[in-house]
Amino acid sequence: MTPPSLVVDGLTKQFGPLRAVDDLSFQVRPGAVTGFLGPNGAGKTTTLRMLLGLTRPTAGRTLVGDRPYVDHPSPGRVVGAALEASSFHPGRTGLGHLEVFAPQVGVSRARCRAVLEAVGLDHAARQRVGGYSMGMRQRLGLATALLADPPVIVLDEPTNGLDPEGIKWIRGLLRQFAAEGRTVLVSSHLLREVEASVDDVVIIAQGRLRHASSLTALREQASPATYVVAPDAAALADLARSHGWRTVPERDGLVVDGATAPEIGAAAYRSGLELHELTRRDVDIEELFFRLTRATPVPPPAASPPPATPPSPGPAPLKGDDR
Amino acid sequence: MRSALLAEYRKLVTTRIWWVLLIAMAGYLVFIAAAIAASFAFAPADGGSVPVGEEAARTTYSVINSIGYVFPLVIGSLAMTTEFRHKTITQSLLVEPDRTRFLVAKVLSVVPVGLLAGVVGVLAVLLGGAPLLALQGDGAYLADRDVVMSLLLGVVAIALWAMIGVGFGTLVPNQVAAIVVILAFTQFVEPVARLALSQVDALSDLANFLPGGAADALLGASLFAADGGDLLPRWAAALVLIGYAIGFAALGRLTTLRRDIG
Repeated sequence: MTPPSLVVDGLTKQFGPLRAVDDLSFQVRPGAVTGFLGPNGAGKTTTLRMLLGLTRPTAGRTLVGDRPYVDHPSPGRVVGAALEASSFHPGRTGLGHLEVFAPQVGVSRARCRAVLEAVGLDHAARQRVGGYSMGMRQRLGLATALLADPPVIVLDEPTNGLDPEGIKWIRGLLRQFAAEGRTVLVSSHLLREVEASVDDVVIIAQGRLRHASSLTALREQASPATYVVAPDAAALADLARSHGWRTVPERDGLVVDGATAPEIGAAAYRSGLELHELTRRDVDIEELFFRLTRATPVPPPAASPPPATPPSPGPAPLKGDDR
Repeated sequence: MRSALLAEYRKLVTTRIWWVLLIAMAGYLVFIAAAIAASFAFAPADGGSVPVGEEAARTTYSVINSIGYVFPLVIGSLAMTTEFRHKTITQSLLVEPDRTRFLVAKVLSVVPVGLLAGVVGVLAVLLGGAPLLALQGDGAYLADRDVVMSLLLGVVAIALWAMIGVGFGTLVPNQVAAIVVILAFTQFVEPVARLALSQVDALSDLANFLPGGAADALLGASLFAADGGDLLPRWAAALVLIGYAIGFAALGRLTTLRRDIG
């Protein structure tokens, strides 16, 4: 059986005067890791809580496969979720915590031990959670999510509080889940944290969808950047100005936004400008993310044409397009 | 339902607070029962309204309820309020989205610990009260049918208090607030109200419907109605207590558990 997709359809949540989630629609496909991205307060956690039946939407609906989460006979077996890294009773041991939730997802105590081992906490099984570090709590949260070996995995900010080694470990796990065909949704307020592990991105800000596509399609929207060093800095600045390139001084040279190395090389050659360095910079996807999630979204730079339809296999928005 | 019950039971026994409270309860009740027994045993022979004989024994042992009920109430309320305090409510409702089933399972899950608390409480009041009554008073009456029945119903009452505690904790999920209200009500408000109401003939029946009054009636003995007679019949007392448990739980279901979680 194919793991279920997740569907968010016209989802809206009003908290008093605040519209936390505003007519949000997207889908999450199996066999891939989808990054659910947006700045803090964008409505990510509220959306996940509505998806998991903890919070009631003001309007719209969410589906796990063919029905809402709460309508599954044993939803904990279908979706493994880790929402808050600190939601443990401090007096319970790590193993005790898992054993508490084991009956309702239908797993044995042996499975609790196995999962604890899988997340690298077997040494702390009998230790009270109150003494756990933030990273250990993240691992325990993940162990809780994985208890029933579920086809769908939803993690809210799983890299918070993890050391670099832990972040690398999470990345590997996420890739492994996707390779196993599971549906994986991971939220983060930092695109860079998940960039290495996601296939698709859903970007929201102020409760609204700003972008949904594959990561590749997002990268194509990002403007190229090139680092240039010329002995005659003034002439280089003039050249950039005459072409309308945005520049940022860096060390001895300039970072030119919106132009590729061949473009700059050709322009410099034509105007007889001597260059000492011409280096392609990685596409600044974080900058694009920043732009997409700004209070008032601005359209992507004209240099790269915005896709008319979200390229498959990205998650297709049900309604509307990039805003 | 089975799995929800097992989960709720494990939640309780994987923490330490319940047996800490049981030890406190035992110590407190030994002391109080000894003090009450002493006041009866060493009372002058013409002591007026001081209970004597079997009634002295039953009244002494009834402190398991009239004094001890605060402990099962706190244990029960903690079972729910810790979920909110430590936000484990999120994970609990993820694996059991049926919130009514979650609540019912939690109310029922405290019964074993409640019965255990009842047994501990009975042993404590016997330990504190029986020796003095036997040596200095009119006897411990441990073989008396009425006394034994009263002790057994004391165990039941304590288990009911734990269930009421869960209901109350659902209605008042803020842990500190719940404990403060329980302490204030059991240690001050209700005793004062029962004393005050019993002085006014027209209102004395009302005191019987206060939860502590009803529970005393279930035991058939009370510190507050030592002259006896005006307690509710046992069946009515049991219904009143069950009513409190269901009432609080239902109100909690319609308020706390209807809200968004998180």
